[in-house]
Amino acid sequence: MQARLNTEKADWSAFPYLENAEDVISVQRGPKPGGVGGAYRAFGETLRGLRTTFARVIEGPVTIQYPEEKTPVYQRFRGRHKLHRFEDSGLEKCVGCSLCAAACPADCIRVVAAENDPDHRISAGERYAEVYEINLSRCIFCGYCEVACPFDAITMGHDYEMSDYNRSDLIFTKEMLLAEPIDRTPLRSEGE
Amino acid sequence: MSFPLADVGYTEAVWVMVVKSLIIFLGVFGIVPVLTVAERKLIGRFQNRYGPNRVGPVGLMQPLADIVKLAGKEMFRPEAAVPFLFAIAPAIVIFSGIVTLAILPFGNVQDGIGLYGIDVSIGVLYFFAFGSLSFYGLLLAGWSSGSKYSFLGAMRSAAQLISYEVSMGLALLGVVMMTGSLSLTSVVEGQGEVWNVVPQIVGFLIFMVAGFAETNRAPFDLPEADAELVQGYMTEYGGMRFGSYLLAEYLEMFVVSGIAVTFFLGGWQGPGPGWLDPVWMVAKTLSLVCFFIWVRATLPRLRYDQLMALGWKVMLPLATLNVLATAVIVTVS
Repeated sequence: MQARLNTEKADWSAFPYLENAEDVISVQRGPKPGGVGGAYRAFGETLRGLRTTFARVIEGPVTIQYPEEKTPVYQRFRGRHKLHRFEDSGLEKCVGCSLCAAACPADCIRVVAAENDPDHRISAGERYAEVYEINLSRCIFCGYCEVACPFDAITMGHDYEMSDYNRSDLIFTKEMLLAEPIDRTPLRSEGE
Repeated sequence: MSFPLADVGYTEAVWVMVVKSLIIFLGVFGIVPVLTVAERKLIGRFQNRYGPNRVGPVGLMQPLADIVKLAGKEMFRPEAAVPFLFAIAPAIVIFSGIVTLAILPFGNVQDGIGLYGIDVSIGVLYFFAFGSLSFYGLLLAGWSSGSKYSFLGAMRSAAQLISYEVSMGLALLGVVMMTGSLSLTSVVEGQGEVWNVVPQIVGFLIFMVAGFAETNRAPFDLPEADAELVQGYMTEYGGMRFGSYLLAEYLEMFVVSGIAVTFFLGGWQGPGPGWLDPVWMVAKTLSLVCFFIWVRATLPRLRYDQLMALGWKVMLPLATLNVLATAVIVTVS
């Protein structure tokens, strides 16, 4: 057994029945409490404790005052979803293929596709999403929708402040997901 | 002017005494709520956080919010409680704290007015008398609540009282022997050259430790012990009765710090003109209160046998030796 601690120092004469002391762990203990030495040590340790707490005062608070200050999130942070448009043409990237809905383990995405009218194209493909809803009260922010999307139409944003008073308010429609989100979350810079 | 209980060093007209007692009362009662928020903020700093800072500017209105909340709560009384004692117990605690304020000297006689409530010739005894009385408040509260937690808290506070009050008295006795007077103003005047904390350092340390026990503050907050006794003797209290216990705790902390300053840290004495005396007194007292808070943020609560062992095996012999040594030195010189 390898878990021996300083067996050399231990006094084995007190344990004559232990022919070989292989299995005995000797533990080094601190000085016994009590007595004058104990009082002296207690006083010293008290002063050490006082110094420790005072050092915390000098360090200063580390609190982040949340609603005013926010912890910056990483670039890879998976927050609220965003739907995207093509920057040049303004057409929606989503073609209503429902792969995101299929990939979603929480079953929170609902897509109803419709044929594009060639005169008023809404998306770049043949079809577009007539209805695109994400129920954020069910979403687990796994990011599978983002992975599943063949056109990078849906990505996970950085917004994590989504509390609301009603469950129905947490069903985000296509317009809400397409809208340029209010930049509420600071982004962590590289290497921070 | 004759007083029924004790001789008084200096008296003014009755209306002057009424006015100055009102000023002391209102002044200290203005400080106490600030202390509650100061304690929480300081403990926050000791733990790398801010403490309350939402109510009002930098959280200074927090005590107001606390008091409004407490006053709005029901003054609950359990069925098994003894109604009269249950109601009077918090009053006793507050009363004894306020009454002890009367003897704290904030300055000597200036322009014919003594800057203290009253200068009784038995100042030390007065302090101990009302200090012990406040324990009746805790004991009655614990007993009359009809709850086992409260009862345990009360028993603890009783045991704590008899263990520590003796050492506390002996610690002050050294100073009293050096001064030759029980009056608090003479004690302060006796420290003109050197503060008593220098020759009586042992007495000061013992008094401070006993003071933590006397005020039920950490590390001697066994009667409250929120973890195991759910606030001990005040378990069953609610509303402003509970609030008055909190108030009394801070008041007692102020009073004990004031007594420590008076006896060991030179009382009102400090550089500057005479009108600065009360400022010095309050400043010293408040810094001692900060020390109380610092210790609370540092030390864990003692186990009960440790409390008793410290009281009887360390503090009492040490205090007795201190008194004996002081007696010998005072007699010889």
